[in-house]
Amino acid sequence: MAFDVTVECQRGDRTITAEFASDAGLTALFGPSGAGKTSVLNMVAGLLRPDAGRIAVGGRVLFDARARIALPARHRRAGYVFQDGRLFPHMRVRDNLTYGWNLAAPADRWMDLAEATRFLGIGPLLDRWPRTLSGGEAQRVAIGRALLSAPRFLLMDEPLASLDRARRTEIIEVIERIRDDLKLPILYVSHDREEVERLAKTIVPIG
Amino acid sequence: MTSFFTLTADEWEIIALSLKVSGVAVLACLPVAFVLAWLLARGRFPGRIVLDALVHLPLVLPPVVTGWLLLLAFGSNGPAGRWFAHVLGITFMFRWTGAALAAAVMALPLMVRAMRLSIEAVDRRLEQAATTFGASPARVFATITVPLAFPGILAGVVLGFARSLGEFGATITFVSDIPGETRTLPIAIYGALQLPDNEAAVTRLALMAVALSLAALITSELLARRTGRGGGGHGV
Repeated sequence: MAFDVTVECQRGDRTITAEFASDAGLTALFGPSGAGKTSVLNMVAGLLRPDAGRIAVGGRVLFDARARIALPARHRRAGYVFQDGRLFPHMRVRDNLTYGWNLAAPADRWMDLAEATRFLGIGPLLDRWPRTLSGGEAQRVAIGRALLSAPRFLLMDEPLASLDRARRTEIIEVIERIRDDLKLPILYVSHDREEVERLAKTIVPIG
Repeated sequence: MTSFFTLTADEWEIIALSLKVSGVAVLACLPVAFVLAWLLARGRFPGRIVLDALVHLPLVLPPVVTGWLLLLAFGSNGPAGRWFAHVLGITFMFRWTGAALAAAVMALPLMVRAMRLSIEAVDRRLEQAATTFGASPARVFATITVPLAFPGILAGVVLGFARSLGEFGATITFVSDIPGETRTLPIAIYGALQLPDNEAAVTRLALMAVALSLAALITSELLARRTGRGGGGHGV
């Protein structure tokens, strides 16, 4: 079982709930904007604490309300690709990419900078500042930073949302290669049916 | 024969003392100001509004009142004054340390303001991102928060230094006008103005004040440019 999630969380005046279990491959949280998909992702990442439920990824329990387990975000080993990129603006691309890599235990690392730059085709960008990157370039770097942080699974929040059609196809192919070649479990948020049907093995409706 | 641009020994002493007092004031104030800025920007505790008001008090209080309060607290019989004398062996009365203390207190609100704004401007989501990549709170602070807030911290330091150079009211009330100890540039100018037919001396001292202030402003601008290279906008 890749993702095994049952969560409930009060956000303002509404309750976000999600319950799903999925095998390897890409699991898509699919639903309209504002349904709480990102909140579910944040609960899995450890950035938002559920009021009740249990979260396990690859058999490892990250959160269990009843057993009083709540692993801090920094120990969950999630590779998070945020919707807005969130590259660190004061670091060059190279330092963004190696941020998580430097923090990971050497034994946990399964990719190095050279492999990641080749995989994503971002070699020429290494000495650039994030603000000089196009949307597609920034998204590749964000994916590279997540892959290099020695993650056990990826969380992707609408990674295509800010891209034009040509760039979308490029990034979709990258995601497919992560799914198929690297065999990394991916929890993926989207409101685009076409995108979800192309990429996902399991589709979880939210909201 | 000496030219107009040759400084006398007295003038050198005044300038050196001014720089020493302002420099020490800013260095001593920096950690205090940063902690206060952090508490006001990020802290959620009862009494935050009161703390905010207390920090800003020297900005709105007549400086002479600030100086008098310093006398009460840090004078030889004041509670804080006795503590510093016994525990750290530092006395403030009629000494340059007192001038530095007065300058630090007057600079504090400006430094806290600049730093607080820059801490508040740090995107919390970037800190969250760093957390998911395995960074401990201390590392997030050192690698994300401080570097992103750095231009504001620097602005606070420069602002505080400039304010300290110009400090007059609280200083003269607290530690009076003592050549070589507390006679900083503004106090020397005021003293020179009290003497008849002393226009030339006043003019020279005033020009020095202009030069020092200009140098501080230009330095801050150059520093801001150097640190500004990497900061600024976000990639998507």
